[in-house]
Amino acid sequence: MRTATARRISPFAWIISAVAVLFTLTLGVSIGAVSLAPLTIWSEISSNIFGTTSTSTGSESTIIWQLRLPRVLLAFVVGAMLASAGCAYQGTFRNPLADPYLLGVSAGAGLGATIAIFNGSGGSRFLLPLAAFAGAMGAVLLTYSLGRSAIAGRSSTALILAGVAVASLLTAIQTLLQQQNTDKIREIYAWVLGRLSTSGWNDLAIITPYILVCIIILLRYRRVLDVFAVGDEEALTMGLPVARARGAIIIAASLGTAAAVAVTGLIGFVGIIVPHILRLIVGNSYRILLPLSIIYGGIFLVLADILARTILAPQEISIGVVTALLGAPFFLFVLGSSKNGSVT
Amino acid sequence: MTKLSVRDLRVELDKKTIVNNIELEVSVGQWVCIIGPNGAGKSSLLKSLAGIIPSTGEILIDGSNVRSLSERDRACWIAYVAQEPVMPAGMRVFDYVLLGRTAHLKMLATESPKDLEIAHFVISELDLDKFIDRDVATLSGGERQRVAIARALTQASPIILLDEPTTALDVGYQQEVLELIDRLRNEKKIAVISTMHDLTVSGLYPDRLMLLAEGNVVVSGSAEEVLTPENISKHYGAKVTVITHESGPVVIPERNK
Repeated sequence: MRTATARRISPFAWIISAVAVLFTLTLGVSIGAVSLAPLTIWSEISSNIFGTTSTSTGSESTIIWQLRLPRVLLAFVVGAMLASAGCAYQGTFRNPLADPYLLGVSAGAGLGATIAIFNGSGGSRFLLPLAAFAGAMGAVLLTYSLGRSAIAGRSSTALILAGVAVASLLTAIQTLLQQQNTDKIREIYAWVLGRLSTSGWNDLAIITPYILVCIIILLRYRRVLDVFAVGDEEALTMGLPVARARGAIIIAASLGTAAAVAVTGLIGFVGIIVPHILRLIVGNSYRILLPLSIIYGGIFLVLADILARTILAPQEISIGVVTALLGAPFFLFVLGSSKNGSVT
Repeated sequence: MTKLSVRDLRVELDKKTIVNNIELEVSVGQWVCIIGPNGAGKSSLLKSLAGIIPSTGEILIDGSNVRSLSERDRACWIAYVAQEPVMPAGMRVFDYVLLGRTAHLKMLATESPKDLEIAHFVISELDLDKFIDRDVATLSGGERQRVAIARALTQASPIILLDEPTTALDVGYQQEVLELIDRLRNEKKIAVISTMHDLTVSGLYPDRLMLLAEGNVVVSGSAEEVLTPENISKHYGAKVTVITHESGPVVIPERNK
């Protein structure tokens, strides 16, 4: 008798991933207006953590600790969140094109940020993210309550349609506000396109707890996401409380996305590109896809940020523009290659 | 001995009665087959027993109410195989069969070695070992049905609902799947409730037939009692001849002269 085990990530893949993470983070810290050698970076970090002697100069130390490291880590954390949220949405909705902004998170955050900017809070490191976060969560709750009551069954289509409707409504309101206040459009636009420029460690410290909790919750649902693959009806008869499980996954994915969006603005396509490239390589089991989406989502956004900083250096491109330039063609590719739009 | 009892079951969809006044008793080891013309409510009846669509009336297992059970507990009693089970692209047969353990796991738990062992046991019992690494989406109709039945068996529920298990299959696969179900219900003491399309086939294995027409049970009993030219003419609007064969009644549609 042949034996098989449940799907899991091989030790080899873990090693590759760990090396890739270290390499990407080092690359992210090393590239910039002043190039830093990897050895300099590691000796500086090790001197701070383990008390070894550092070979770096004072200004190099400042660049590493105050500029590059917090930014690279923020990119990693946000990328990990967006990719895992996209992956989880795709699983629970059985839709390969579901993304982290599916239920109106982006439109809600956009409206929240717009209102904050109009009220003169745009420069606030505290109020702008808070307003965006409140808008995002408000939109998700609205979508969820509308989608659930629209069709009293377990139809996930109703929820997606409600998301489209809520997003349209909130975007319309946002546009209306913009038109009444054209002098702030530039500021709003900069936010909408996404940015990773940080004020040291503050942003990272604010969102990391939320994102960590959300990612851990999603990870615990990885087996359940595989059960969703057989469809709601059969999953229910197999003993999965479908509505409750989907609700928990949606809340964790939306909350984490809202936290990320609040600080960085809208960074699109990460949640589609990363899980799909991984699907092509490791298959469709969420026990493997979800953990790898976290790791490679982080790597992807660090790399995208390097491009954003270097393509037109010393000018910086919005990171959302970079991910969209990479993502939109990819989105079309996925759309074209998915049979009936339902490959999961 | 586990027994499923259904009393006064009623299914309504959009204020329209789909199934009405169903009385049914099945003990483990028995096989009851629901037949009836298209739209009679066969699938709806099965889905209401599976908990997929809402219904009123009593569904009891050994006297206790199924409706008060959680999804998980219900699934430990009743397994369901859809007419066309969803076969997720890229999922191995083993992973698919293993999904059957969901009812026995806490929602956020992962499978224990015992769960893996049960899946392996069912797979080898159903002679599916050679398929174990195959992508379920690439299986043929007969193989899909067997794999779906394996998943239901891994669920280890004493009651299995099968919605038209053989409709999409050619005669060879049909026989193979029906023989398998018949063997399992006897060996494992499982109560089987199935729907079936083909009247002659429905008379072969099940102990009892229930003829459903417009949501009501109109005749119930052995194949000989239910599959009469009069019943079939009345409820299917078909003119047929019924021949008695040692396997059971053979229903032959007559050609209009």
